[in-house]
Amino acid sequence: MTRKKKRLALILSALIVLGGGAGLVLYALRDNIVFFYAPSEVFAKDLAPGTRIRIGGLVKQGSVVHDGTTVHFVVTDGKKDLPVTYSGALPDLFREGQGMVADGVIEIGGMTATEVLAKHDERYMPREVADALKKRGLWQEGKDGKMTGAMAPQAAPQVAK
Amino acid sequence: MIVELGHYALVLALALALFNSFVPIWGIAARDERLMATAPSAALVQFAFIAAAFAALVYAHVTSDFSVLNVVENSHSAKPLVYKIAGVWGNHEGSMLLWVLILATFGALVAGARRSMPPDFHAAVLGVQSWISAAFLLFILLTSNPFTRLANPPLEGIDLNPLLQDPGLAIHPPLLYFGYVGLSISFSFAAGALICRRIDAVWARLVRPWTLLAWMFLTLGIAMGSYWSYYTLGWGGFWFWDPVENASLMPWLAATALLHSAAVMEKREALKIWTIFLAILAFSLSLIGTFLVRSGVLTSVHAFANDPRRGVFILLILVFFIGGSLALFAARANDLKPGGFFAPVSREGALVLNNLLLSTACATVFVGTLYPLALEATTGEKISVGAPFFNATFVPVFLPLFFLMPIGQMLAWKRGDLLGAAQRLVVAALAGVAAVLIFAALHGGPVVSILIGGLAIFAIVGAFTDLYGRIFAEGIDGSFRRALGLPRSVWGTAFAHAGLAVTLLGLAATGWGVEKIMVITPGDIVQVGPYELVVENFGAEQGPNYTAKFAHVGIRSGGAEIGAINPAMRYYPVREMSRAEAGIATIGLGQIYVSITDSGAANGKTFDARFYWKPLVVLIWCGALVMAFGGLLSLSDRRLRIGVARRLRFAAAPQAAE
Repeated sequence: MTRKKKRLALILSALIVLGGGAGLVLYALRDNIVFFYAPSEVFAKDLAPGTRIRIGGLVKQGSVVHDGTTVHFVVTDGKKDLPVTYSGALPDLFREGQGMVADGVIEIGGMTATEVLAKHDERYMPREVADALKKRGLWQEGKDGKMTGAMAPQAAPQVAK
Repeated sequence: MIVELGHYALVLALALALFNSFVPIWGIAARDERLMATAPSAALVQFAFIAAAFAALVYAHVTSDFSVLNVVENSHSAKPLVYKIAGVWGNHEGSMLLWVLILATFGALVAGARRSMPPDFHAAVLGVQSWISAAFLLFILLTSNPFTRLANPPLEGIDLNPLLQDPGLAIHPPLLYFGYVGLSISFSFAAGALICRRIDAVWARLVRPWTLLAWMFLTLGIAMGSYWSYYTLGWGGFWFWDPVENASLMPWLAATALLHSAAVMEKREALKIWTIFLAILAFSLSLIGTFLVRSGVLTSVHAFANDPRRGVFILLILVFFIGGSLALFAARANDLKPGGFFAPVSREGALVLNNLLLSTACATVFVGTLYPLALEATTGEKISVGAPFFNATFVPVFLPLFFLMPIGQMLAWKRGDLLGAAQRLVVAALAGVAAVLIFAALHGGPVVSILIGGLAIFAIVGAFTDLYGRIFAEGIDGSFRRALGLPRSVWGTAFAHAGLAVTLLGLAATGWGVEKIMVITPGDIVQVGPYELVVENFGAEQGPNYTAKFAHVGIRSGGAEIGAINPAMRYYPVREMSRAEAGIATIGLGQIYVSITDSGAANGKTFDARFYWKPLVVLIWCGALVMAFGGLLSLSDRRLRIGVARRLRFAAAPQAAE
């Protein structure tokens, strides 16, 4: 093999691997990503049943109903309510009135969740939820973002009614 | 007082870092040996000051000095001592201090290794290392001072996040930081080589042990973090493609590629441009990881409470170092001559393919991690990129590496014999096929797990095939002597490759796991995989700073009790947080994993429980131990440490002449 051919082989294999990788990424970006919505966006977009989405909002007060290992609850962003059904154990920090994020599939009149995530910390709210609530004007910043937790653990960022 | 001394030590360390950023470099430009020679001592003293500052913060935490804001926010007088110490780096400010402490530790280690390097290069490396150090010390002092005092100290602190009150906190961050920050040495070596125009095989030989050291720590740190989240987050997952996990995986991929390309550069003076670029890239990815975790652009378990100033500051550091190093790279482009050529089928060719696949895999992770951020910044649309994306992109790019690893080990430098390599791998291939058949007979499916399991066995056997051939080349006589006589780096390669394949086998086995989610009451018997779990009774327990409810679960196999676990639900009153403590029993290489949650509805009479049987799951983390062991073997290879560096020419190196 001449130098030229060796160099060509190197460049070709680089193109094949990188091109293959790029192709996979583009393909996966079309099919394997999930959009994040707040409940009112779900209604506004009129999503077709079967669409995979990620939903974020607050668990509505008094809406959690246990039925064996299946749980029914309502996720709200203050404007619209979305009923969610979930089979499985909930995360430790899942509470009524608290922020949560769920992955799942749109059904007629609600959503079936495949995974439910709650915030990890009393001081912290999933950012997507916080942003969605801010957009709705339902979010009030803690007076001093940093120290809210220090003196009053419950005085975490609150949602005003 | 001690706290103020710590703060002062940090300021002095910054002064030394600034001194070391300019004086040695000036010495190189002026060819003044005395100026260059100041670098090692300044680096050592800088380390001493940062260590003193760190010790002061540890002291404040251990003595529960609640006049210090950092202690108030992250500690509690009732917290066990081990978490008082580990809690030092369980928060943003303290972990940044650990970050610079490790940076200074590496600086001190390099300072102590002056005999192995030409003096101008040594001074340049320490100078560059000090730039990084100065940038991060400024960051700490200006935006994240851990020594801030409170005017009105409270009587009690608000405790550490319960998720962090775990032995994992004592081990995972230091290991990971040693890995992350260790790559700064590769970066400084690359910048030093560019400054001193010493881009040659000697450089490659010098940079390899440091990269290897960082790579070992990074491997262990990632594995430790994975195991920690596995047992602490309560749903049995060990890798979530969380952006912060990806942020540690990307430097690992780049560092792995760097180790392999540096081998080519050392042996054949080829791939010089690429190797220097990878050394810059690996640390740049570490910096990007730091930015992602600290800036608050991400939501994750790992994200720290954020302050926009910090994000901007780290972004500036990022731009300065990545931009600066790439500019230097461009300025020296004329010196970077492509090296020797080689046939596509050769050891070099295999290593090039390895680098292509690793860097493409790294790029897919990069896109998957940063694309959602870019999309949100530009269009406002929020998307989540999770496991399906990475399974469709990263996995197909990464898997071929397992086919290539054994073949690459068989190929000779310059020109290899593909057919010969294939023939020597027949045994490994047969082992792989046999494994596929055995797995299929044992488990029946899923096909992906069976095939990947077979691939893993092929790669494990293949990793040692070359060694086996060399040891038994002349029969059994003298085989032991020959085994000891082989270079340790060859053993290291075999173990590291096998370790990665062991991890793959553990990952493949996740497909054979069993999962059950149900409501339990005492007396329930649950069949999970080959075992029967008996829910015997519920109980309560009082810990030092928490209360716990637990379920006592017996494990039976064929009617005989073989063990018991106590999955628990802990409640930490100070933060009003609860956390699941999974009950895990290791049986052979598999694990029984049970976690319970209190749904709140049942008032302690029932629990929601998840039961898992995870065969071979231990292999996922054992593989990382084997990989790190391989790294250690390579590192202990005398040739790697001294060899060429002493033998080859050091034009201006009086010390090296001994």
